[in-house]
Amino acid sequence: MRNDLIRSFKRKEIVPRSLSLFYIGILIILPIAAITSEAFKGGLPNILHQITLPQALYSIRLTFCLAFCLMLINIITGTATAWVLVRYQFPFKNIINSLIDIPFAIPTVVTGMMLVALYGPNSIAGKFFNKHGIEIIFNQPGIILALIFVTFPFVIRSVQPVLLEMEKDMEEAAQTLGASRREIFRRVVLPALLPSILTGAALSFSRALGEFGSIIIVAGNIPFKTQVASVYIYGEIESSNIQSALGTAVVLLLSSFIVLLFLNLMQKWSHKYGS
Amino acid sequence: MEAEPESVELIRNPKINWGKRILISIVLLWFLLMIIVPLLEIIREACSRGTGIIKASLISPESAHAFWLTLFITFGTVIINTILGTILAIVLAKQKFKGKLFLESLIDLPFAVSPVVAGFMFIILFGPQGWIGSWFSSVNIKIIYAVPGMLIATLFVTLPFVAREVLPVLREFGPEPEEAASILGASQWQTFWKVTLPSIKWGLVYGITLTIARSIGEFGAVLVVSGSIINKTQTATLRIHDQFTDFNYSGAFSAALILAVVSFLLLNIIQHLYKKKGKYVS
Repeated sequence: MRNDLIRSFKRKEIVPRSLSLFYIGILIILPIAAITSEAFKGGLPNILHQITLPQALYSIRLTFCLAFCLMLINIITGTATAWVLVRYQFPFKNIINSLIDIPFAIPTVVTGMMLVALYGPNSIAGKFFNKHGIEIIFNQPGIILALIFVTFPFVIRSVQPVLLEMEKDMEEAAQTLGASRREIFRRVVLPALLPSILTGAALSFSRALGEFGSIIIVAGNIPFKTQVASVYIYGEIESSNIQSALGTAVVLLLSSFIVLLFLNLMQKWSHKYGS
Repeated sequence: MEAEPESVELIRNPKINWGKRILISIVLLWFLLMIIVPLLEIIREACSRGTGIIKASLISPESAHAFWLTLFITFGTVIINTILGTILAIVLAKQKFKGKLFLESLIDLPFAVSPVVAGFMFIILFGPQGWIGSWFSSVNIKIIYAVPGMLIATLFVTLPFVAREVLPVLREFGPEPEEAASILGASQWQTFWKVTLPSIKWGLVYGITLTIARSIGEFGAVLVVSGSIINKTQTATLRIHDQFTDFNYSGAFSAALILAVVSFLLLNIIQHLYKKKGKYVS
């Protein structure tokens, strides 16, 4: 009787489990296995050769530099925005709070179009900047603006809940003990917020590394100027240079894995902090 | 915790807090410049071209086809990812087997991978020389540069939404209600419809809405696997890109405005659902 029950449970489990394995297998495991095996067919030296081609190397370097700049911008502005939204009252606060997520909903192509309309060579702002010798669209500042838009919510949405839960007791205790505002921020608030700030930073970094739609509209595909890694890969696929596309794709894929690992670590760290 | 009333703040710091005011102004200005101004600009741009041109560019057969294709792919994605994503979440929450943790950590990968790399992976796997594609091409089914490939690419980029939303709800409720139902003689299906589904309802709807928003807006992954062939494999976002590169700005902007409005509505639904969902997951 008992054995029958266990057996029937096992039979009930096996169908959904196989379906899940099929689902993840065909959409995630097999594609990654296929691209990795294809890339390493020619051996490691071949990959190294492909990613050190001047154009590939430039695009990889540009991507990482821009993603890093963007991450720093987001750490500062995102933390400040989350702080202001949680701690202060001011007009339009609720509207802003509900509009923060809009970059997640807007298609990236539309983001690109908005920025072209706003800063393109025919727009008022574009003409103004051009007169002062600053080119935004089809140049690197445009990429940064696009990245700021698409990654806007990450740091804010990861810091906000932590700030909401944080008790003010510790800050008040520190204040009573004579700590200055700066000291309180540096020694009490910042350490508690750090895991969530780093989580948001890592999310925006990884999004910036992979971003494509808004960048190709805003900055086009100009080698040694605006060609980021994802745009480079796209161009190489289009012109059937599969080998050079594979090299750069492996670099991006590897960075995604590293970011995921880092995010897992952060999650464990913040759990430790919470308990 | 809400911010404390001004009076308490005044007692603690009797002088006007300039630091606070400056910080608020900087944050507001940054938000205005980076988010609000671009959003308003696209409305102004689409309107300034006149409603006649907008209508004309939207009812062109190519654009109509593109919007229909987006709708079709979104529909297919929602159906498949809802069913398989829910099953996946149930398996991960209720079953114990080797490699479960590994499987669970893979779910987040689509969020971290560049859409172009995602599309590229599917070209290699499902292309005529790929491990799976070679079999399909031997029976004359085209996956890459055709609609099936675009559907697969969209399935990949939206895979985490349903599974990630349902999983925590299932974990929160625990296995007891379902065990009780099963001991009382309910079949597996009855247990699912009457016990499991009502408990995950809001998480599921939330995940589906996110899936819809992302499917409509997906560009990179779909572009790579589609080849962007007019009237065949061109979705709305690909059509916008195509018109934009052809300097057909009025067509591109009016289509972009429509997508922007749809995403804005979806965002409102999402936020409304988030509050609803919050009541169920404490």
